[in-house]
Amino acid sequence: MSQKTANSPAAADPSHTEAPQAGAEVLLRALKDQGVEVIFGYPGGAVLPIYDAIFNQNAIRHVLVRHEQAAVHAAEGYARSTGKVGVVLVTSGPGATNAVTGLLDALMDSVPLVCLTGQVPTHLIGNDAFQEADTTGITRPATKHNYLVKRADDLARVVHDAFYVARSGRPGPVVIDLPKDILIGKAPYVAPPTGAHRSYRPQTQPDAGQIARAVALLKSAKRPVIYTGGGVINAGPEAAEALVAFVRKTGFPCTSTLMGLGAYPSNDPQFLGMLGMHGTYEANLVMHGCDVMLNVGARFDDRVTGRLNAFSPDSRKIHIDIDPSSINKNVPVEVPVVADAGLALRALLAAWDADATVPDRPALSEWWKQIDAWRGIECLRFTQDMAKGAIIRPQHAIQRLYDITREGGRETFITTEVGQHQMWAAQYFRFDRPNHWMTSGGLGTMGYGLPAAMGVQIAHPDALVIDIAGEASILMNIQEMATLAQYRLPVKLFILNNQYMGMVRQWQELLHGGRYSESYSAALPDFVKLADAFHGKGLRAESVDQLDDVIREMLATDGPVIADIAVDPKENCFPMIPSGAAHNEMILGAEHGGNLRDGGAASLTDEGLVLV
Amino acid sequence: MPSPLDTTQRSATISVLVDNEAGVLARVIGLFSGRGYNIDSLTVAPVADGGNLSRINVVTSGTEMVIEQIKAQLDRLVPVHRVADLTLEGPHIAREMALIKVAGVDNDRAEALRLADAFRARVVDATTESFVFEMTGSTEKLDAFVELMRPLGLAEVSRTGVAAMARGTRSI
Repeated sequence: MSQKTANSPAAADPSHTEAPQAGAEVLLRALKDQGVEVIFGYPGGAVLPIYDAIFNQNAIRHVLVRHEQAAVHAAEGYARSTGKVGVVLVTSGPGATNAVTGLLDALMDSVPLVCLTGQVPTHLIGNDAFQEADTTGITRPATKHNYLVKRADDLARVVHDAFYVARSGRPGPVVIDLPKDILIGKAPYVAPPTGAHRSYRPQTQPDAGQIARAVALLKSAKRPVIYTGGGVINAGPEAAEALVAFVRKTGFPCTSTLMGLGAYPSNDPQFLGMLGMHGTYEANLVMHGCDVMLNVGARFDDRVTGRLNAFSPDSRKIHIDIDPSSINKNVPVEVPVVADAGLALRALLAAWDADATVPDRPALSEWWKQIDAWRGIECLRFTQDMAKGAIIRPQHAIQRLYDITREGGRETFITTEVGQHQMWAAQYFRFDRPNHWMTSGGLGTMGYGLPAAMGVQIAHPDALVIDIAGEASILMNIQEMATLAQYRLPVKLFILNNQYMGMVRQWQELLHGGRYSESYSAALPDFVKLADAFHGKGLRAESVDQLDDVIREMLATDGPVIADIAVDPKENCFPMIPSGAAHNEMILGAEHGGNLRDGGAASLTDEGLVLV
Repeated sequence: MPSPLDTTQRSATISVLVDNEAGVLARVIGLFSGRGYNIDSLTVAPVADGGNLSRINVVTSGTEMVIEQIKAQLDRLVPVHRVADLTLEGPHIAREMALIKVAGVDNDRAEALRLADAFRARVVDATTESFVFEMTGSTEKLDAFVELMRPLGLAEVSRTGVAAMARGTRSI
């Protein structure tokens, strides 16, 4: 719309009785009304009016990052660890394009965010103006929804709408593109609406009939499994409580996706560990052999299903998801339930008691016997040479990190980067509470962990926040060490340094004939000196006898730490279901005599090779 | 429960009621291209609520599982009010309009005019060497007419794409 509209006094509208303020002031007021306490951002020309408004108030804290991508990941860490909507503020053009990776990351992992982007003034839009980008065009497939505010009258309404969309249904990132003239010109304020949204009203209550069908199916099961995902985390801590109650009531085995870890306590005997490509032997074989599967808040991702036509071939499936488009997308299910995971689990609990049918306990007990036999393989077992000077195995490093943090008893949040270290963290760090594990699952964004840890630490200043990292991933957002220093955020970076992009190296070893093309981390920085340069503490463990001391010193340090843990560069992450293989075609590690099935990786098909 | 093993393709005429706001068409088209769905025809125009609501009619094709996915994906777009699969929900009418220019003389010209009459196409422009016919009907009827015109000097075709709605009292 025209400049004239944007600057026209909104007080002319009789419905707005208050004197209009500048758009930037109205924006901040709307953010406050939405309960925003922290913004992660980076200034620039187009958003200067917002920074001016921030300067004049104390209600909202601004955290200055060193790169816009990091602002988004920090907001993701903040959102995932609190359940609130994370807020990002970046400038136009490069500010917005730098944020895109983070936005898509949040979309894939269903993280509620509102990202405010600056834009050139409305009369210059489309003119290739300085720092202009078609932000709504670029971010359309990277957001749940986006807005370009072209009229001052729309500003407050759009902000409230954006928060509603970000947090409702399946959460996700929302962009509000704000032309500079809208921020400077006067705009009317409107309070958050109280009525129902005009078009977006996701279903959260489960259908009672579907719940009854689900319970009937579950009670008829001889070999059941409960497979849970990030939807349980997103549904809030009560959903995790309901999950625990339901799993215990049924006596069924429970497994979780990468995103769902923590919803069910990892140390509980009914928990089988993570499933999928690097999931446990027992979890994957249970999925393969089950006769009834209850999926709560997971989306049959390709990392989980392996080869689709061989996925859990003999099971009847129930799928609870708040997003109808996740149902029957990859895997057809018999009982779809569109609902919030927590509400559905509570409905299941009530319906389980109301249904008089007695589950087949003898069959269930046979099933558990089978599961215990699979567990007996101890697929995650490894042997660490404890001799002085022995090289550290990465699994041992995580195991010790877990044991020692547990001894301390502090509330601990773990973030990760992406790669082997991420899978080892998922396998060996045992989570027992929701919202304490932050990782980039869907998009697999290297460089996620450090800024995400920053966001977590901002939200939980007294907690222990550790980024389990690799030496390659950490360099993708290492500049955020400066943010840690500025805000005295005592985040610990625990780097499993194997001098390789380990997961790339692993695939090259297993699938590309050991041709390690460009996967060696050459010319690495000295991480101890790097920590020092960024006003933190650097520690290094080069052999197994140094590991515990380094971990203890890291935890005892009241400030940011980089712990550079030199680990075995040849270690691979097992178990592994190669792309295109079925759940019962897992490869186990050397500890277990290598490939479980004849051929193993060597039997990979060409169809499997094209998959990522 | 649609089966992934069922590779039978079907055509679906889907009507979508959306907020008439900037970018809404790009959202719908981007969804189709980004997820690899087919668009055989697409129309959009404001239809109700003082121009605040637009109706998009899209003709697509795919397996049953893909079409279910398309509808679910459309339905979760924020500005979408309603998604109706007219093909599945009962009898429906689907019409498009075409302008068809045929250039020719003598017998071809006379034959074109005769066929146009048989197809109930209207002449909306004429010169001594050309006609522009306006024709409304099903996609198949328009296709058939265009094919008949081809040997008679078909010069240009402009089609609107499909507008569709359910028969009877039911409304979107």
